[in-house]
Amino acid sequence: MSPADHFVIAPILLPLLAAAFMLVLSERRRWLKRLISLATLSALAGVAIALLTMVDAPGGAPLAYRLGNWPAPFAITLVVDRLSALMLLLSASIGLCTLFYALARWDRAGPRFHPLFLLLMMGVNGAFLTGDLFNLFVFFEVMLAASYGLALHGSGVERTKASLHYVAINIATSLLFLIGIALIYAVTGTLNMADLAVRVPVLAGQELVLLESGAAILSIAFFVKAGMWPLGFWLTPTYAAAAAPVAATFAIMSKVGIYAIVRLSALVFGPASGLAAGFANEWLMAGGLATMAFGAIGMLAASRLSGIGGSYILLSSGTLLVATGTGSAPVLAGALLYLVSSTLGVCAMYLLIEPVERAADIDREAAQRQSEPVFEDDEPGLLMEEYEAEEEEDEIGIVIPATIALLGSAFIFCALLMAGLPPLSGFIAKFAIIDGMLSGLPAMGTGGWTAIAAILLSGLATLIAMTRAGINLLWVPVDRPQAHLRVVEAMPIALLLALCLALVIGAGPVTRYMKDTAAALHDPGRYAGAVLDPALQPPERRR
Amino acid sequence: MEIILSLAIGIITASGVWLLFRPRTFQLAIGLSLLSYAINLFILAMGRLKMDAPPVVDKVAEANPAAFADPVPQALVLTAIVISFATTALLLVLLLAARGLTGTDHVDGTEKTP
Repeated sequence: MSPADHFVIAPILLPLLAAAFMLVLSERRRWLKRLISLATLSALAGVAIALLTMVDAPGGAPLAYRLGNWPAPFAITLVVDRLSALMLLLSASIGLCTLFYALARWDRAGPRFHPLFLLLMMGVNGAFLTGDLFNLFVFFEVMLAASYGLALHGSGVERTKASLHYVAINIATSLLFLIGIALIYAVTGTLNMADLAVRVPVLAGQELVLLESGAAILSIAFFVKAGMWPLGFWLTPTYAAAAAPVAATFAIMSKVGIYAIVRLSALVFGPASGLAAGFANEWLMAGGLATMAFGAIGMLAASRLSGIGGSYILLSSGTLLVATGTGSAPVLAGALLYLVSSTLGVCAMYLLIEPVERAADIDREAAQRQSEPVFEDDEPGLLMEEYEAEEEEDEIGIVIPATIALLGSAFIFCALLMAGLPPLSGFIAKFAIIDGMLSGLPAMGTGGWTAIAAILLSGLATLIAMTRAGINLLWVPVDRPQAHLRVVEAMPIALLLALCLALVIGAGPVTRYMKDTAAALHDPGRYAGAVLDPALQPPERRR
Repeated sequence: MEIILSLAIGIITASGVWLLFRPRTFQLAIGLSLLSYAINLFILAMGRLKMDAPPVVDKVAEANPAAFADPVPQALVLTAIVISFATTALLLVLLLAARGLTGTDHVDGTEKTP
């Protein structure tokens, strides 16, 4: 193995080691922690880009990394293909931007923000990398455990109440996840996803029924994570109660559920999987449409920006589920672009909420009173005093006369991106999805038309909701004190929007990459071939 | 053996689900713990029930899979126990924090007024 091969495990090891090291540092060495976090996340972005170029090379096969170098179906494998590399890059960019934003003040609102943040990144990256179902469960738990801590970050009554529901629902969901895994193992005798892709096509009769029940229970766990109606009721209140950078980071977590569904439906229930092919596609379609309707109504009904953000996450999950449910490669290619651009857009939107509502002079004192820490360790008295002292001197800040103009234009940018209007990447993505659906229409029947109508109508609902919020908060001239916007807060938002702009400018190569990704997903043989050791294929060989 | 195990899993799951729907946070914690016990038993059962069979393959003897218990579900159960133990501990801390902050042990943080 050359050193470059070990890049595959770096997105898991780097944040783990950095977080472990940070635990021994005192809570007061803040700048050292910040530097370590920033360095780790920059390294993650670098590794993700390197992996992406490696798998995207002409004729590049998925990279498999066998932990402990055990032969394939027995070892836990990590696999990087185009989809994983894309998701890794997305999570690293979002992590870097939200971390930057958190430096403005949120990382001081409670103890151990940075280790938790890095562990969340580790869990998310692990879930994208792993090629083993049980390992996927473990990384889900790592991600969730870190997210419990982050959802509580800053403490306060609202957060504690919302987190209690969030934690209880996710523990119950993890148990469903385990039932699904156990049933799949009972039928196939393997948990390796590549091995599953090989074994599922030969199943029939009772075994097939058991496999489908296992897969259905497993998908409920992913649907809860992705927020499918009616399982996504917990999402909006939790995200609204969480601290701004935390909520922005959570935007990637709902995409982990989508990723798992896309991966498994292509690998295990793709067209090549015999009797199990296309299992649950109608369910994905129906559930996705219901989620889109719920998200759109939620957006129109929301009175605050955080409500709009939460509903938009549901809406985008619904769109992605519908696109996955069509089971066609061109639609999936558009959906992947939509996934990237909607995640970046909603992340920027969550980061905008705080400055915009500050500009709209919503009572900040009340918000601050709620953010006192509840955990009594790490000399909270000292920490709080320091926090408040810095708060006071920071609050003076730099007064940018053009604050409202800046915020307003960033807000318009977000609105266009989320509603899918030209010229931004949201439009290209929706166009690609609808184009794919139109070309595959004869096979899809009425479902295709319904999906197209739902996508267009949801864009309209997004536009109405965002325009109304913008008028209420930003574009009405009211006598209000000059708002403050710190550079460190504006920069990550600008960076996220610049990334979306880059998606438009580089639309050619980007859509080419998405098409290759979707085509590779619909060819599970290549994935299985890269993971499984050909010498081991007939199991009798070991005798 | 099979009937005893399946009855045990069924009864524990039913009790856990019932507790999960109760309004007090402590009932929630116990319900989730019971459910995780039931599911650990379920995973073990999915590796086929076998009495007096070692999970480690003997190198010397003829490798006859029928003579051994499946080691994978045992490893899975071990991991699942650790994870559910840790998350339950975290839930308990959260319960205490919620009790302290809201002054009630109702899962919604407020008592329903009749």
